[in-house]
Amino acid sequence: MKNLGYLFAAYTAVWLGIVLYVRHLGRRTTEIHEELRELRKKLERR
Amino acid sequence: MRAMRWLGLATTVLMTVSLYLIFVEVPTEREMGIVQRILYVHAPAAWAAYVCFVLVAVGSVAHLWRGSEHGDRVALAAGEVGVLMCTLNLVTGPIWARPIWGVWWTWDPRLTMTVIMWAIYVGYVMLRAFGRDDDGVARYAAVVGITGVLAIPVIRVSVRMLQGMHPAVTTTREGGSGMADPTMRLTLYLSGIAMVLLAAWLVMLRVRLEALHRSAAVLRRDIEYGLE
Repeated sequence: MKNLGYLFAAYTAVWLGIVLYVRHLGRRTTEIHEELRELRKKLERR
Repeated sequence: MRAMRWLGLATTVLMTVSLYLIFVEVPTEREMGIVQRILYVHAPAAWAAYVCFVLVAVGSVAHLWRGSEHGDRVALAAGEVGVLMCTLNLVTGPIWARPIWGVWWTWDPRLTMTVIMWAIYVGYVMLRAFGRDDDGVARYAAVVGITGVLAIPVIRVSVRMLQGMHPAVTTTREGGSGMADPTMRLTLYLSGIAMVLLAAWLVMLRVRLEALHRSAAVLRRDIEYGLE
């Protein structure tokens, strides 16, 4: 199993990149949903 | 929403099957050994990036020609996901090259052109991020997005015209396949489809996020004008 470390590093990099991007999108979506809720509340109060 | 769920499911199934093929079924290549398996994610990442960059151009044309808001959102989302895929391609390439070529990087025509294409789209994404709600910036970025896609045929031609070090993964210069074993070819194409589907799913997620962002911007504006 020569060079197994390279194979492991390549697949780890790919999945880490994808997971981090999905997590980033998830966080941004939650933030915007919260902001939208706040904005709607403000509009209702007017 | 339903399309996104089905796409997510199809991506998960295909990804699982392709990972099974890569690590269990596919034979180990005689010369490169186990690191050859990196190519099953390296090449698909490049294909997914190409699809995304073509989407950027299509969305940008729709935005410039017809003023399509949706086209602009698709272009922005595809640009971001395309940069992610291109980055994964550029990261996995050197990891494969180090044990095979003995160097992490070489200024081979395909590698150089891929870096140039990556830089163009990083510029596009940065332009969109800094000029957030400015329509002028969106139009300027659309031009960058359309011209950037020209890098794809240049990369394809450079591989055929110039004698670079980069191996022919799907087709050799003589026209034959770069992978002799049919299981290897099947695995590569299946991984390619899985990666393109994953990119499409990410683009859809990003488009939805952008739509939410624009709704928030409209509400913010309404409140601002209402308070004046």
